[in-house]
Amino acid sequence: MKKNLTTVMFRGTKAQEEQLIEVIDKHRGMPGALMPVLQQAQDIYGYLPIEVQKIIAERMGISLEEVFGVSTFYSQFVLNPKGEIAIAVCLGTACYVKGSGEILDKITEILGLPSGSTTPDGKYSLEATRCIGACGLAPVLTINNEVYGRLGKADVAGILEKYK
Amino acid sequence: MIRTHVLVCGGTGCTSSGSVKIHDALVEEIAKKGLEEEVKVVGTGCFGLCALGPVVIVYPEGTFYSCVTAEDVPEIVEEHFLKGRPVQRLVYHETKAADGATTSLSETSFYKKQKRIALRNCGVINPENIDEYIAMDGYQALGKVLTEMTPDDVIQTILDSGLRGRGGGGFPTGLKWKFASGNRGNVQKYVACNADEGDPGAFMDRSILEGDPHAVLEAMAIAGYAIGADRGFIYVRAEYPIAINRLEVAIKQAREYGLLGNDIFGTGFNFDIELRFGAGAFVCGEETALMTSIEGNRGEPRPRPPFPAVKGLFGQPTVLNNVETYANSPQIILKGADWFTSMGTEKSKGTKVFALGGKITNTGLVEVPMGTTLREVIEEIGGGIPNGKQFKAAQTGGPSGGCIPASLIDTPIDYDNLLAIGSMMGSGGLIVMDEDTCMVDLARFFLDFTVDESCGKCTPCRIGTRRLLEILDKIIAGNGEMEDLDRLEELSNYIKSASLCGLGQTAPNPVLSTLRYFRDEYIAHIVDKKCPAGVCKSLLQYTIDPDKCKGCTLCARKCPVNAISGTVKQPHVIDTAKCIKCGACMDSCKFKAIYKA
Repeated sequence: MKKNLTTVMFRGTKAQEEQLIEVIDKHRGMPGALMPVLQQAQDIYGYLPIEVQKIIAERMGISLEEVFGVSTFYSQFVLNPKGEIAIAVCLGTACYVKGSGEILDKITEILGLPSGSTTPDGKYSLEATRCIGACGLAPVLTINNEVYGRLGKADVAGILEKYK
Repeated sequence: MIRTHVLVCGGTGCTSSGSVKIHDALVEEIAKKGLEEEVKVVGTGCFGLCALGPVVIVYPEGTFYSCVTAEDVPEIVEEHFLKGRPVQRLVYHETKAADGATTSLSETSFYKKQKRIALRNCGVINPENIDEYIAMDGYQALGKVLTEMTPDDVIQTILDSGLRGRGGGGFPTGLKWKFASGNRGNVQKYVACNADEGDPGAFMDRSILEGDPHAVLEAMAIAGYAIGADRGFIYVRAEYPIAINRLEVAIKQAREYGLLGNDIFGTGFNFDIELRFGAGAFVCGEETALMTSIEGNRGEPRPRPPFPAVKGLFGQPTVLNNVETYANSPQIILKGADWFTSMGTEKSKGTKVFALGGKITNTGLVEVPMGTTLREVIEEIGGGIPNGKQFKAAQTGGPSGGCIPASLIDTPIDYDNLLAIGSMMGSGGLIVMDEDTCMVDLARFFLDFTVDESCGKCTPCRIGTRRLLEILDKIIAGNGEMEDLDRLEELSNYIKSASLCGLGQTAPNPVLSTLRYFRDEYIAHIVDKKCPAGVCKSLLQYTIDPDKCKGCTLCARKCPVNAISGTVKQPHVIDTAKCIKCGACMDSCKFKAIYKA
């Protein structure tokens, strides 16, 4: 999966780092620990900037290449922080045949934000997701976990307006 | 004394449309009216009819409320629970008799032809309460195998039942267990569950995990006993928070009841289960890739042999089955192999769960006996195609599968029939398409997916799928030539025969099957430079119908590139050289005077 490195500055805190170290130490010796560690690191920081991956590599005694290899392999691991307003459009098959591609294009057009990126000020992020499982409501998009379903592309501007 | 049970669907579909708020509002409103001793609210798993969500069912009368909102709750409590008059405007029309009485849900066209085995408890019990599962014969099958059957008996029963892997491949489950059964007690073995449902548009496994998690735990313990393993792993998608939560609750409760852990039923049998979270990689649905992922690596597949039954997770013998396969097995143990073989076709026994989606009225989850025809599923259970459109094709098997055209709608669905017509059972996604779907664009959609999800380990898949996508892009852009069709076919066959794992071996299927059944659409794109379904933008032309145009000038003002000209109250014209085909004019026209073709 192709991933872009972030343009947003790293703002990790000391407390977050301590939490991360605790997670790493807890998984010491467990077979297959890297995935759970990365998942929990993402819970702590919200994403996996290269700075965090370096800490993990050093502390777990594995190479940064290996950590980076795993973090870029899985779509759930994000290298870009989500925006304050995180928009995700479902591109599962059920949504796609009902026109979610057009909805994604419309959002890109309105916000000037390509899919898979975050505005440099960190306000908006837009991503195309795999099936979120709300196929009965297709096509759907989510904004900060709020689900909007049974959409037409004419609805998009009104929804975005609420988050201005 | 509880006189009324209110079941609120807590599956992902209904949760997305607000069922949690409804649940809370019901509890609050019932308390306000002082009915908490009489009316009990139960959160359940998926009922299946997701299109009508959020769904609420009231027992004993069986009133089926659809599309409920939190605002409806006071009325339901006041009218129905207090005064005994169901709120008619919310009752699903198919469960309403002419005289206003409630008819049985099992008589509606959606449920009538279904046979629920894997889904038997979904939407019936509270999945977060182990007692309700036990009340539905839960853990009886585990008790039976531990106290009355030898491990070989268990394997023989599963073999006799003819159960085949429900994740897509259709490999006989009993055979898998048998291969892993050698040398019991002397080597570390594992039982793994594939709950990494990656097929976009499929949600069968998730609904089982959300609605009946204990069935999977019980089945894994049975498999553990059969092959001689004491540890299990469930590899579940991190994108399924509700399913993960219910699994965690279920594992905890099962441990408390001594149904997982050491010395289960006092028989000396030990078995425990751990959850591992997938992180969104389609290839991890492939068994060897899944195991590589549990081991903490990039989820790349390994060459087979050695098969997982010999050398699987952490290099040890492993049995890996899909969620739905597991959900079937306790019932087979309890009711016997003969009961199971009485359903289905000659080579495909039992039932199959399908996630119905796309252009269909009753989007949702259905379970039908193998051998049910596609027509029955789409027209009767699914309620047909909405908006008076024509059925064009159904897609099964997701990115690995193919299309079934309208001419084959009477095909009985089973593993072998679907393979014969160039599709596959897959895990159970069934996407219905109408005349507005472009089959070339659909093939492109799936290829785009596989290109993105190809792990990159083997060349035919990594590079081959990308070349396929480029050819499709070229055709969609209007630059295709007839030789491209031969190239697509030739390349597809190379990829199929040379790829390492199931992802690559099946990735060309969407291309091959659309070429097989909808070749004329490809030709229309290439020769006539037209997209018959009106989807592919580069091939579309927007035109104003001079008879319908009132000259209101709205479209000309909306056009971002000033491609529309004309004077007030006179028909307007689009300059196709300037037009960027954004569709803004068509969306704004109040007289439907603009069409695309």
